[in-house]
Parts: sequence; structure tokens; C-alpha cells
Amino acid sequence: MKALTVVEGLVAPMDRSNVDTDMIIPKQFLKSIKRSGFGPNLFDELRYLDEGQPGMDNASRPLNPDFPLNQERYKGASILLNRANFGCGSSREHAPWALEDYGFRVVIASSFADIFYNNCFKNGILPIVVDATQIDQWFSEMAAQPGFSLTVDLPNQVIRDAQDNTVPFEVDAFRKHCLLNGLDDIALTLQDADAIRQYEDKRAQVHPWVFGQIK
Amino acid sequence: MFRQPQVSTKMAQTLYDKLWDAHVVSQREDGTALIYIDRQLLHEVTSPQAFEGLRLAGRKPWRLDTNIATPDHNVPTTVIERRSGIDGIADETSRIQVKTLDDNCSHFGVREFDMGSESQGIVHVMGPEQGATLPGMTIVCGDSHTSTHGAMGALAFGIGTSEVEHVLATQCLIQRKMKNMRIRVDGQVRNGVTAKDIVLYIIGKIGTAGGTGCAIEFAGTAIEALSMEGRMTVCNMAIEAGARAGMVAVDQTTIDYFKGRPFAPTGELWDQAVAYWETLVSDADAHFDHELVLDAEDIEPQVTWGTSPEMVLGVSAQVPNPEQADDPVKKAGIERALEYMGLKADQKISDIQLDRVFIGSCTNSRIEDLRAAAAVAKGQQVASSLKQALVVPGSGLVKKQAEAEGLDKIFTEAGFEWREPGCSMCLAMNADKLGQGEHCASTSNRNFEGRQGFGGRTHLVSPAMAAAAAIAGHFVNIAEQEVAQ
Repeated sequence: MKALTVVEGLVAPMDRSNVDTDMIIPKQFLKSIKRSGFGPNLFDELRYLDEGQPGMDNASRPLNPDFPLNQERYKGASILLNRANFGCGSSREHAPWALEDYGFRVVIASSFADIFYNNCFKNGILPIVVDATQIDQWFSEMAAQPGFSLTVDLPNQVIRDAQDNTVPFEVDAFRKHCLLNGLDDIALTLQDADAIRQYEDKRAQVHPWVFGQIK
Repeated sequence: MFRQPQVSTKMAQTLYDKLWDAHVVSQREDGTALIYIDRQLLHEVTSPQAFEGLRLAGRKPWRLDTNIATPDHNVPTTVIERRSGIDGIADETSRIQVKTLDDNCSHFGVREFDMGSESQGIVHVMGPEQGATLPGMTIVCGDSHTSTHGAMGALAFGIGTSEVEHVLATQCLIQRKMKNMRIRVDGQVRNGVTAKDIVLYIIGKIGTAGGTGCAIEFAGTAIEALSMEGRMTVCNMAIEAGARAGMVAVDQTTIDYFKGRPFAPTGELWDQAVAYWETLVSDADAHFDHELVLDAEDIEPQVTWGTSPEMVLGVSAQVPNPEQADDPVKKAGIERALEYMGLKADQKISDIQLDRVFIGSCTNSRIEDLRAAAAVAKGQQVASSLKQALVVPGSGLVKKQAEAEGLDKIFTEAGFEWREPGCSMCLAMNADKLGQGEHCASTSNRNFEGRQGFGGRTHLVSPAMAAAAAIAGHFVNIAEQEVAQ
């Protein structure tokens, strides 16, 4: 996993609530057995005017000119600004894979769906919950100023705008640690292998039917 | 809407508290805990990258007897494609994915019901049916509808692929405890109102983010009156209310359901298990962070009109008018949904004309669902205006049972197609999908834009409503119909 410390970047808008994971990456692209290459199909149904299929040459597909990511001013954005309940729907990790592959490192919303929120941290993406009023203000500022950028400072847990106004944010200490250092949490959990074995021994005494039924 | 129950000073526990406590391996200072996972269900879509991760890191599964796999999301459902096994899957990427699951299971030694097995099916139908998922367990799967298994008094939730790999490698997950929410539905439901209508009604009340951060316990006399399959339908859609986990307390219905299932304990172990399972109820004075009480008699047969499960109304209602919305974001949401769905404000729900009907999915493809649909379809004919009406059983065993009861005949004689088990048109990863602009009455769980096919328009309903709509060509008030009969 890529480490994330400070992200200074252009912000792109996704101005609607309840953006679901089918919208982020439609199901036909879930047939891949790889983790990479989903970026060109991020928001496929909103981004292109035709129906996307795996294996298509995306460069020659008709683009929806109204969709922000197709507009010159948002090219190279690394921060995605959203409204409420971003990432609702399925547990597909292909959604953060697609965002990351496209180039987004930070997603900001007034609320996130739980599974999506959790999946982001496993893939070097920082999801940040910010008050809806502040988000409204950023949407307005973004509309008024092409090139609207923000600096997301994970060590200090603040978002800074060009005028040096700061908005603090919350992040779980363990998740922050993993993200800052790009850590694989399986290796960390395996440091507790003895505790896991002790738990299993104890549990097998009281709930023996849980173990050994599937062979 | 939510009232805050009084804080109890005693150590009374909710069902969720009990399940959580029984699985804590170690508590960490930052408030997270290492939680032990008793069962992992695997399918072809969210597992390949997890197995690949194990392989790349040179790791092995922590233990094998906790995992069980079956392909479901993109298996074909026509007899012709299924007849030749994996090689018969026409779509190359689907074929590779299903084959990859087989290869991974045989390489790592994971028990699998492959595509040729009679026990193959949708993971959330197969698990309970086999007794592979049991009360009191922690159950995960790389699929958000894992909440289904909470119906049996278990802690079950969907995870992403990185966590699938984490569970394979460590049998644990790092979790933060969720909040406790209880939704009570009291009283007796009206004619034609099913478990699906109850849960759609709940989502309509609390919204798709209403349960975010919570484990929801469904309770009350209307929930207690449901069969295990009905409870699974309710818990299945907890995620559509934003809650990763939904659950129902254990009672005699739960215990009777599991007796004799292939992987359920037997003999002395069974008695020991039952004694524990009977404790899996919330204590009388347990504290819930949120509580909602609904009256079952207020629930009509439900139909979604928009592009989110919270956009739902009783069948006798009219499509909302955006001009009456109280805030601009909501108004824009209704306008966008009406445009996508090709509906007019104030149009009657019962006037929506349908192109296709889909009966199936992890929400509604079990034997009782098929019986309910068949009871409506018996001796009737699918409307000639429909392009297709599909019935896709949830597993090979459901299919076999339905055929033994003659339900397949009832469906085919009425003009429905009778298919092989799989997820099918719920998410249209296989060949079963909607065409652009087509309206579908579907017993599945999501009506998102494009969910059932590019430009497709989904209306979520119960199996009985789907069957009645297939016959009429539009939605009908099945409650009134039943009274008339």
C-alpha cells in the first residue's frame, strides 16, 4: 500500500448524495481478477455516453462533456469532493481501487457508507468526513475559482485552503498509523498470533461445534 | 423519529453486545479490537485478489475448516450454458473468474460447492441452507448482503477484498464496535404484506444512511412472527439502510430451522449449541443508542419508484412531486431520479408499465419466496406486453425442492422462464440484464442507476407483487386483490 502523508491537490466535484459503488465502478468491470487497471472505468456510466465493457479502447469512447472529470479544469485532480453517504451499496473493493488508479488519494464527504470507508484505508486513500456546511462552501468556491485546490495534512489532521484557512478532521489512530507508513495490517495482526491461538483453544472448550464442521 | 431509551446502570447487554464480547481476541487502547471470525463465505468476484495476495506474501490460510466457497455472481442461469460446466460459460472474463475460484479452492484446500454441484447457489442462500452459518457465529463475506445471516442471531457483515485476505490469513479482523440500534415492528401485518415490504418500509422511514455506524436488531411481534427465511429477507437489506449488520434474536423458529442441516452439530454437540443459542437475545433492560418503533398495520405492499431503496412507497401511492420537497438537495435528487426512471411527478405507482420481471436474488430466492410467487401465478398468464419474466432459484437445493413441489410447472405454464441458480439479474454480471429504459419489477435489493443493466429501471418489490405485476403488466394492489378473492 502506498503511504499517504500530505496531499496538495486539485479538487474535483461529485455534486450529489448517495453516490453508490455501482456508480463508482459498474459491475461488468468486477470480472477482472486483478487489483489494477480500473481507473479508466471509474464512474463509467456517468463519464461516457456509451455502454462500457471490459477490454474496450476507452480512449475512443464518446465522453459525456457535462461530467466534471471530463472537463479540462479538473484534469489531474487528486481530491474528490462529495456530499452525503458516499460509497453506499456493495462491499466491492474495486470502488477504491478505481479511485486510486484514477489518481484520487483523498475523498471528502459529509458522510460515508461504512464498508466503503473502511476499504479506502486498505488502499492508500484517505476518506475525510467534513461538516455539510463546509462542503457547501467548498462547492461554491470551486465553481467560482478554476484551479481550486486544498492541502490535506494527515500528520496534523487538517485541511488547508489557499488562504491558509484550516479545517480539522478526525481519523482513527491505528488507521492513520498504517496510512502514514503504508503498512500491510495482516503482518501487524500476525504479531498477535499467540493471542489468536489462545482464543481458539478457549473457544473450542466452550463452543466446540464452531470448529471442524466444514471439511 | 428515534427516541433515546433510558440508560441502564446494570450490565444488561444487547444481542449485539453479547456476540461482540464472545469474539474479542484482544482489546486495543485506541478503541478497536481484534475480533475472531468463525465463518467466511467466498465467491468468485471478491476473492481472486485475496488469494493472490496470500500467494504473493507466501502465506497460507490460518485454518481451512472455517471457509466455504461457491460461485454465484456471474454464473450463467440458462440450462444450455450450464450443461457444459465452466467451459460452457460464453463470456470469457466470467469463465476465467469462475475457473479462478475453483483453482484457488483446490490449491489452498478450501471446501467449495462448484458450479456443477447440486448445493451450489447464492452464498447467502447456501450458507444457512447447509447449516454452514449458525447462530452465535461471526460471519463475513466479500459481499455487503452478508447481513442476511444475522437473521439467525449471528454477527454477520460484508467486507472488502483486503479484509477477505486478512481473514484468510489471520482468522481475525480489526474492528471498532458499532452502535446498537433496535427497530421494533409490532402488530400484525395486513394481507399481501411480506418480510420484503416490512424492510422496504423501514428503509423508507430511516433512509439509506439511517443505520450507518450501527448494528440493527430487528424485533417486535411482526418480526417474531416471520419464518427464518422472512427474517433473512429483512436482515439482507439492513445494508440498504446503511447498517453493515442486521440481526434477529434466537427463538424456537431459529433452532427448528437448523436442526438436521448438513453442517449443523448433532447429538450432544447439538444440545450444547442450543443451550448457548438460547442465550442470544437482548436482555430486557439492555441499552440501545437508537430505537424506533413501527406499527405493522401501517405497512402496505411496497414498490420503489426511484434510484435508491429509500425512494419507496405503498402501491396505492403516487410518485412524489419534487416541488413538494423541503430542501434543494432532496428536490434535485427526486428530479434526477424521475428523469432516470422515466416517470412523471404525481403519476400513480400502479400505472407504471413493466417490460421485465425478475424473481430471485439473495433477498428473495428461497423456497418460501418461490411458493409465494407461484401461488399468485398459478393458472394465470404473464402479460403479453412483457418481454421476459424470470424465476431464478437461490440454490440447486431450492430448485430441486421447487421442482418436487411442481412450482417450476406453475411458472413455465404461466409464461415465466425457470432458470438455474445464481445471482443473475440482481446485478446483471451474467447475461441476464435489462435493456436501456426498460422497467423491471424485481425482488432484488438495489435499484441504483444501471444496477440491472445500462439504463435499466428497477422497481424493488416482494415475490408476490412481482408475480402479480408480471400477470397484470403493471403494479397492482395485491392486498386488495387478496381481500377480493
